[in-house]
Amino acid sequence: MKHLAEYRDADTAGRLAADIRLLVTRPWAIMEVCGGQTHSIIRNGIDQLLPAEVEMIHGPGCPVCVTPLEVIDRALEIAGRPDVLFCSFGDMLRVPGSRGDLFRVKAAGGDVRVVYSPLDAVRLAREHRDREVVFLAIGFETTAPASALAVKLARAEGLRNFSMLVSHVLVPPAIAAIMRSPGTRVDAFLAAGHVCSVMGTRQYAPLAARLRVPIVVTGFEPLDLLVGIRAAVAQLEAGRHELENAFPRAVTERGNEPAQAVIAEVFAPVDRAWRGIGTIPGSGWRLSDAYREFDAEARFGVADIATAESALCRSGEVLKGAIKPRQCPAFGRECTPRTPLGATMVSSEGACAAHYHYGRIHG
Amino acid sequence: MCLAVPGLVESIDESSGMRMGRVNFGGVVRDVCLAYLPDIASGDYAIVHVGFAIAKVDEAAARAMLRTLAELGLLEEGRAELRGEERRGEDASALEPAGRPAP
Amino acid sequence: MADPDFTGLSCPAPLRDHPQVVLGHGGGGALTHELVTHVFRRAFSDPLLDSLGDAAVLDVAAQLPPGGQLAVSTDSHVVRPLFFPGGSIGDLAVNGTVNDLAMSGARPLVLTAGFILEEGLPVGDLVRVAEAMAAAARAAGVRIVAGDTKVVERGRGDGVYVTTAGIGVVPPGVAIDPAGIRPGDVVLASGTLGDHGMAIMSVREGLAFESTIISDSVPLHGLVAAMLAACPTIRMLRDPTRGGAAAALNEIATLAGVGIEIDERSIPVRPPVAAACEILGLDPLLVANEGKLLAIVPAEGAAAVLAAMRRLAQGRDAVAIGRVVAAHPRLVVMRTAIGATRVVPMPIGEQLPRIC
Repeated sequence: MKHLAEYRDADTAGRLAADIRLLVTRPWAIMEVCGGQTHSIIRNGIDQLLPAEVEMIHGPGCPVCVTPLEVIDRALEIAGRPDVLFCSFGDMLRVPGSRGDLFRVKAAGGDVRVVYSPLDAVRLAREHRDREVVFLAIGFETTAPASALAVKLARAEGLRNFSMLVSHVLVPPAIAAIMRSPGTRVDAFLAAGHVCSVMGTRQYAPLAARLRVPIVVTGFEPLDLLVGIRAAVAQLEAGRHELENAFPRAVTERGNEPAQAVIAEVFAPVDRAWRGIGTIPGSGWRLSDAYREFDAEARFGVADIATAESALCRSGEVLKGAIKPRQCPAFGRECTPRTPLGATMVSSEGACAAHYHYGRIHG
Repeated sequence: MCLAVPGLVESIDESSGMRMGRVNFGGVVRDVCLAYLPDIASGDYAIVHVGFAIAKVDEAAARAMLRTLAELGLLEEGRAELRGEERRGEDASALEPAGRPAP
Repeated sequence: MADPDFTGLSCPAPLRDHPQVVLGHGGGGALTHELVTHVFRRAFSDPLLDSLGDAAVLDVAAQLPPGGQLAVSTDSHVVRPLFFPGGSIGDLAVNGTVNDLAMSGARPLVLTAGFILEEGLPVGDLVRVAEAMAAAARAAGVRIVAGDTKVVERGRGDGVYVTTAGIGVVPPGVAIDPAGIRPGDVVLASGTLGDHGMAIMSVREGLAFESTIISDSVPLHGLVAAMLAACPTIRMLRDPTRGGAAAALNEIATLAGVGIEIDERSIPVRPPVAAACEILGLDPLLVANEGKLLAIVPAEGAAAVLAAMRRLAQGRDAVAIGRVVAAHPRLVVMRTAIGATRVVPMPIGEQLPRIC
C-alpha cells in the first residue's frame, strides 16, 4: 500500500537504529503517547533495535486504557436495556467494567453491534426508528471529528432516537499531567501523529517550552517511529526542548481547520478521569449545550453511576514509567490479560499486557 | 485512537448533501466521508480514520522524507566503503535462522 | 409423490405453499418428508439417502485396504451471512469436515449432514445451500449419505446451522504423529493466509468493503495425498480455521512441547487481504482460513513436499514460513519485517476491528 509500505524497510530501520546508537551518550526515557504507536512498536519489535540507553515508556494512549471505569459501567447499563441498539468500536467490547463487559451484555441478549465508523451508527438509527441507537464515542482528538459530524447528521435528519455516550480525551493535558506527576521519568514525548493531523501542532510548542521536554510529532510505521525517536534523542543530547514535526506528510502546523470548527461547535471541554492517572482538568470533551439532547448519559439517567478502580492496581505508576510491570505485586497473579485489573493490562497495547506476552522471551 | 490508513481518492460524490468519496486502499474500496477535506480531488491520497478523511497526504513531504532516508543508506555505504569493509547483507531465505539487520 | 421441477431460486413446487421454513418442517411428518425429498435428496442425489433408512449402511471392508484405518470427524458451521464472496455455509460444511479428515491423512468416504433451520428461512436459500453442498461433495469425491433436519423458532437460529460428520480412510503406512516433531523441522503453509475471514468481513454489516477477496474454501485431501507421497514422514498437518495460523501454530507448539519460529516476510498474504487488515486493524495471522493447511515436515523432506504442493492448484502458493526450534518451548516467536522478534500469543476470543 502506497504511503505505508515504503516506511517498513528493514535495512533503513537498521541504519536509523545505528544512527541513534551513535547519537546517544546517556540514558533517556521517551514516551509515545498514542496506542497505535505502542502497537506498532510492540508488533514490529522496534524497541529491540534501540540501544539499551533509550527506553520507551508506553503512554496512556489507547481508548481502552484511558476510558474511565464508570464510563464502561454506564455503557453496560445502557446496552443492557431492551429498547437499545448499542454501537461501539471493536476495541471496547472486551474492556471490563465493574461487572462484565459488552461481550457479556451481548451474550445476555443485549443488542450490541461493532461498527467501523460513527456513520454506521447513524445509519442504524435511520433504519431502526423504533429503537434507541446509542454510540459509544471514545478516542482522542483523531476520532472526535467523526463523532461530531455523526451528531450533526443525526440532528439534520431529525433522528431523535440517536444518542452518544461521549468519552473523548485530549493529548496535551495528558502530557502536562504526566510531566507534573511526581516520580515521572519521561524525558521526551512522541506526540500522536494522527491526533495532530486534526489539531495541528500549535498546542505543543508552548507545552514543550513550559514543561522543558522535547515533543516530536511522530507517525506509526517503523521508519516513522525511528525517525521520531532519533529526533527526540538528538534534542535531548543537545539539551533542546522544542516541538518538532517528524510526520510532515500527514501533519501541518494548523491541522484540519474544518474539523476543528465542527469539534468546537459540537463539543465542550470537561474534566475527565483517566484510568490509572486520575482526573485531569479540561482533558476531555463532552457534548456542548447546543447538542445536549443527544447525550446518552442524560437520556438514560446513568450520570450518577460512579465506580472505583481496583485497589491492587498500580497502572498509574506504570503509565508514568515510575515502575515496571513486573514490579507490581499483582502482575501475573491477580492481574493477567484474561483477568485484567486496570488500564495497562486490559488492552494488548497496555504496557503490562505487552510485558506479559513478550517479556517471556526478553526477560 | 489513531489507526488511520492512506487511500487513493477515486471519485467524489456530493449528491447526498455530504461530500463522499470512493477511496481505494491497496485494492480495497470503501466509501469515505470527505467533508473535512473540501479541497481534496480525485487522484489525491487521503488519510482515513473511522470512515472519515482527516488529512491529505503531502506527496512532496513524503518524497522528501524518503529521499533523506535513502541518503542515509548511501551515506552509510559510503562510510563503509571508505573503511574498506564488506557489507554484511541479510539472508533472505526463510529456512535460515533469524539474522540481524545489516548495520 | 409428485416429481417437482425447481428452477433456480423460485419457490419449488410442492413447497409452493411454504416459501419459508415453518416449524412443521421439523416435525417429522409430511412437511419434513417434503423438505427432505425435494431439497436434500434432490440436491445430494445418493442411493443411500433415497433408501430412507434410519442409518446408512456401508460396505467398509471394500473401502478399507489391509493396514488401513478409519478416521472420523465432525464439524459444526455457524456463519453469518450464509452466502459470502467465494462460497456459502454449504461449502464450509463439506470442505470443513473433509479437511479435518485430510489432516489425519484420510481420504474422505462419506459425510452426514444435520441441519438446524430457523423458522422463516427462505426455502430458496436452503436450496442454494444444499446445492452448494452437493457441488462441494462432488468436487471432493465424497458422498452425503445421511442427514437430519430440525427447526427452531424464529429468532433462535442464524438461518441455518449445519453439522457434518465424516468418515474417511487413512491409507496403510500413513501415520501422522505429532510426537515426532523435533527441532529443525520446517513449517510450511499451503498458500495465502486470511482470505476466508476477510471475505466474511467484507460483507459483514457495518464493516463491509468492496474487494476481490473471496473465501478459499476447498477440499485438501488431494493435496495431502501428494504431500505424503513426497514425504511419508510428515509430522503434523493442521488447518488454520478459527484463530488463524496463530492459533494453529500455538496449538502445535503446546502439543509437541517445542518452540516455533516464523519469519514475517515469508508469510504469504494477498495484497487486498493485507490492505483490508490494515484498514480494520486486524492481524492476518489471526484471520480464519478454510482451504489452507500448515504442515510440519522433516527438514530433509521440505523441498520435495513444497515441489509436490506447488504442482496442484490448492498448493500453488505453498511456502516455508519457519521452523521448529528447541528454544522457548511452547512459544511461537516471529521474526518481524524489521529484524526484531516478538511472541505470537494464542488468540483470546474473536479478533475484532480496532480504531487504536
